[in-house]
Amino acid sequence: MDMNIPYTVEERPDTGLANGKLGIWLFLASEVMLFGALFSTYIILRVGATEWPHGELNIPLGAINTVILICSSVTMVMAWASLKMHQWGRHRMFLLITVVLAIVFLVNKYFEYAAHFATGEGPWHSTFLAVYFTMTGLHGLHIIGGVIVMLYFLGPGAKLYQKNPDQFTNRIEYTGLYWHFVDLVWIFLFPVLYLL
Amino acid sequence: MDHATTHGTAAHDHAHDHAHELGFWRKYVFSLDHKVIGIQYAVTGLLFLLFGFSLMMLMRWNMAYPGRPIPLIGNWFGVDKAPGGIMLPEFYNQLGAMHGTIMVFLGVVPLAVGGFGNFVMPLQIGAPDMAFPKLNMMSYWVYFCGGMTMLASFFQKGGAAQSGWTSYPPLADINPGQTMWLIGMVFLITSSLLGSINFIVTIVQLRAKGLSYMRLPFFVWAQFVTSFLLLLAFPPLEAAGILQLMDRVAGTSFFLPSGLVVSNKIVTTMTGVAAGTGAASVASGGGNPLLWQHLFWFLAHPEVYVLILPAMGIVSEIVANNTRKPLWGYKALVYSAVFLGFMSFIVWAHHMFMTGMGTTMSAFFQTTTMIISIPSVVILTALLMSLVGASIRFNTPMLFALAFLPMFGIGGLTGLPLGLAPSDIHLHDTYYVIGHFHYVVAPGTIFALFAGVYYWFPKATGRKMNEMLGQLHFWTSFVTINLVFFPMFIEGLAGMNRRMYDGGAQYAHNKAVLHWNVVQGYAAWALGLAQLFFIINFFMSIKWGKAVDRNPWEATTLEWSAPSPPPHGNFLSEPIVYRAPYEYSVPGAAKDFTPQFEPERA
Amino acid sequence: MSGHDAEHVQKALKTYLMIGVSLLIFTGITVGANQFHFVVPVAITVALIIATIKGSMVASVFMHLNQEKRWIYGALVLTVFFFIVLMTLPLFFTLDNIGTAVKAIPAAAEHTGGH
Repeated sequence: MDMNIPYTVEERPDTGLANGKLGIWLFLASEVMLFGALFSTYIILRVGATEWPHGELNIPLGAINTVILICSSVTMVMAWASLKMHQWGRHRMFLLITVVLAIVFLVNKYFEYAAHFATGEGPWHSTFLAVYFTMTGLHGLHIIGGVIVMLYFLGPGAKLYQKNPDQFTNRIEYTGLYWHFVDLVWIFLFPVLYLL
Repeated sequence: MDHATTHGTAAHDHAHDHAHELGFWRKYVFSLDHKVIGIQYAVTGLLFLLFGFSLMMLMRWNMAYPGRPIPLIGNWFGVDKAPGGIMLPEFYNQLGAMHGTIMVFLGVVPLAVGGFGNFVMPLQIGAPDMAFPKLNMMSYWVYFCGGMTMLASFFQKGGAAQSGWTSYPPLADINPGQTMWLIGMVFLITSSLLGSINFIVTIVQLRAKGLSYMRLPFFVWAQFVTSFLLLLAFPPLEAAGILQLMDRVAGTSFFLPSGLVVSNKIVTTMTGVAAGTGAASVASGGGNPLLWQHLFWFLAHPEVYVLILPAMGIVSEIVANNTRKPLWGYKALVYSAVFLGFMSFIVWAHHMFMTGMGTTMSAFFQTTTMIISIPSVVILTALLMSLVGASIRFNTPMLFALAFLPMFGIGGLTGLPLGLAPSDIHLHDTYYVIGHFHYVVAPGTIFALFAGVYYWFPKATGRKMNEMLGQLHFWTSFVTINLVFFPMFIEGLAGMNRRMYDGGAQYAHNKAVLHWNVVQGYAAWALGLAQLFFIINFFMSIKWGKAVDRNPWEATTLEWSAPSPPPHGNFLSEPIVYRAPYEYSVPGAAKDFTPQFEPERA
Repeated sequence: MSGHDAEHVQKALKTYLMIGVSLLIFTGITVGANQFHFVVPVAITVALIIATIKGSMVASVFMHLNQEKRWIYGALVLTVFFFIVLMTLPLFFTLDNIGTAVKAIPAAAEHTGGH
């Protein structure tokens, strides 16, 4: 049922945008409000708390995860850039590395969570841990979502490049925007939860 | 643009072929066509409105005759809801919470935005469909899942959510039924978010040639602002929903303060169970119940503008069409709608005046609340001024649209004492509040939605609804709906609290106004029966309504240039817009209306 | 395609790598700053400043915001405004007893003192 919707790939002259570009940015705007509400929760609960724990989180592991995510952002933008330069092989390589880095991030998070649960300290233990688990958990779900999308574009979705390379390139760009946003959230989450 | 013209017809033929290829499921159930999806939303929304209405009927019984068995169907509800047919307070609370939730999130918004927005907006801007048809289809089905979840919640142990549609903790954290409500809300919010992205991109990117922003029908502007409200205001509620789910399922204390005692016991959570020790232990505390209120109302206030803006849009279209003159103050309407949308984000705490806030914050929110009444008044004034000097055609859509104006006026005016803290102290949580918001939503928005159904039915089906049945529907509804809601102001001023399962009978100060409950009960029944005129008319007209051509109302906006009903791709040739949207009675013109899509005479 | 053609992208590659390295350096600074044990308000300010710098780099370079169109900017400005409202207004509630007369009973005053 392929309705011919204009500006799916080419840009509308007066806005300079393709539909998907505007769409993904609007989605990210809503995500800003979503995580914003959680940051607001953190602020309210911390201001109202008589005491706030420190040193309960694994700072080195968190820092490593920050490094991993930043690197994955670089490889993600490279994956898109390769497509723009019509280098299919390099695109695949960079996209795959991004997925691998994301999975390493998740594995590290698993270890972090497991360490807490082993001592019986889950989200129920304190408001600090409640905030920690919820915010990093939701962030982790977003990472998983990103991984799924990237795997799709590495797998069955790659066929689109043969049919419509520009549309495929745009979709990788939008995936990249989403991924950078996920990285951005972590850039704020890490100091706020681990360091402050 | 010839290329696009041939493209248009080619798309039509091409899509027509495709339509033959598509099976029943892809054509009618999992369709990507905005018109089909719009109708799906509209019909589902109408059914939920009916269901929500029947929940209210049950509540009205217990308010009029507390403690008496529900007649005829009393034994349907089982012993945990209504033993011997007599409604338990817990069941009343479930009915109340679900009535609100269903009407707002499953009824009005899906009909107003999902239904009318989806069906009409792409046609009015000259687009072949929405920008993201697959996303559109997904939005509907996610809404459907959310709706089913909400309905299913009645059948779980402990019943449905029973802490109000506002779901305030600590009660909502520990009351039964809330978990499924929260899951349902997550579905519904997701559906709304995806839909709002679609709407905004469609309006920005897919407008026809010549359709500048200030030539857009006001209906489209209304949907545009509404979509921004949904996009930016819903996520905090999604976050709050996740937090409350965590409180209920993971034993957290986001909203549970330290040392909370309920029924002489310290509140326990799943803590022990989750930690594997098997014993329930004390909640960690440190939570803030007000946090929920902030996050909830951050959405729920813009939500009420989501409820009213599409209605204002519909009324504007119908008023322009049936006065045969341009809308008065189009620019003022547009700027007011945008300003209203913006302000709606910074008034939310007027729902929280009684939570102990300091005078500074109270003053801030009272001020912004008073300011936000200005654009509403401007919009209402513009619509009223549109009637001055008009040749009014009193057909059914126009009757409903006209009634909207004073009804919204009453609703809006009664909001003023609620928005000012000193008077709100007396009126908060009384029936006055219920009267206020129902006036805006029921004889307000829902009347506008009825108007829209009568108005756009010919476009969707190629047939007009029966005018006589329509007039009967209108007059009976108008009288009975006022009988239901007006007494609420009287009750509220007397101090009758809301959410009382016995209609306030247990409080001495309500004695003088209790009889109104009986009046309202009868009126509600009559209102329900009045809808039969609509239901019968709706189904009859699909088959036997008077067949009409493209533009039965002699209207000026783009949707009336498409066939009735429009095919896939909507327009047979590329739509081009030549003028403003409401060029009625142009001096020197041959007809009393000059459509947007008609070229200038050479 | 608006500055994103192959040639432009080729030149931008170096920028991407440099920004990546800067982000890693700033991460190091973030962790390092933590060793100084500032007073809480200062610690928050420092952490947020560094995070904002890093975030701006990601947003403007990786997400191409420095060359984006007005619609995107507009939507984001609106969002940021409401984000700030959401961050600050609920906080003001908890801090607000300005204008509220606090007539403490002498015994209770000992408990409330110092906030």
